[in-house]
Amino acid sequence: MGLQPFLLLSSALFCIGLFGVVTRRNTIGILLGIELMLNSVNINLVAFSRFSGSVAGMVFTVFTISITVAEMALGLAIVILLFRVRRTAMADHLDLLKG
Amino acid sequence: MTLDAVAFYALAAMLIVSALAVVLSKNLFHAVLWLALALTGTAGIFLLLDAEFLAAVQLLLYAGGVITIVVFAIVVTERLVGERITQTNRRIAGGALVCLGLLWMIVTSVMQRPLATVRPEMSGDLTRAVGDSILTKFVLPFELLAFLMLAALLGAIYFARPEE
Repeated sequence: MGLQPFLLLSSALFCIGLFGVVTRRNTIGILLGIELMLNSVNINLVAFSRFSGSVAGMVFTVFTISITVAEMALGLAIVILLFRVRRTAMADHLDLLKG
Repeated sequence: MTLDAVAFYALAAMLIVSALAVVLSKNLFHAVLWLALALTGTAGIFLLLDAEFLAAVQLLLYAGGVITIVVFAIVVTERLVGERITQTNRRIAGGALVCLGLLWMIVTSVMQRPLATVRPEMSGDLTRAVGDSILTKFVLPFELLAFLMLAALLGAIYFARPEE
């Protein structure tokens, strides 16, 4: 098993996540797509770390996992707040800043 | 094929199917459950890469924590609206075109590079090595992370406070 299959898997997952981010209409669905993209990045980091023989990539994976958790907590808090104020979770209804 | 390769391809197939289900399923709740499957499969990939500690963190934080808060968010928002949230995709053709183009670019560049095919021998306990370098070489980012977690906690509480 070389490095290549891991990189191909993570790029496929990244592109699927990106597809979710650009096509979903619901903000929670967009957050799920972001989650998939970050997850594929973690696979990439761990694979490079293991095949280069240094643990730096794994350390940074610990950091990215924690940052993702913080991001999800804040993102969902914002979604709930938007729901309270605007009664919608569709991203294209949230056009308050559009001139 | 070795056992490692069989496990890898089984996990990869499961990951791709569940990731597609996350972005395509109509029911938001089902999408979250598929995401839980995808995150668990990623923990399996980490195990194949000898990162047992990261697999455990992945299961605890992602498959445990993140999925729970997303489910909570869906339940709370459905309650606020009083109806089931369905979701659809839009501009599927354009989105698929962009993503397939990006995938093609990444795959061709990965295929062209000479990449490592054997893993270097890593001596000793990998979890111990990760812990050692978090608290020595990477202690500054680690402390910054603590600060970030505090900020996220305060921000989430601030956003979710009851209305005056």
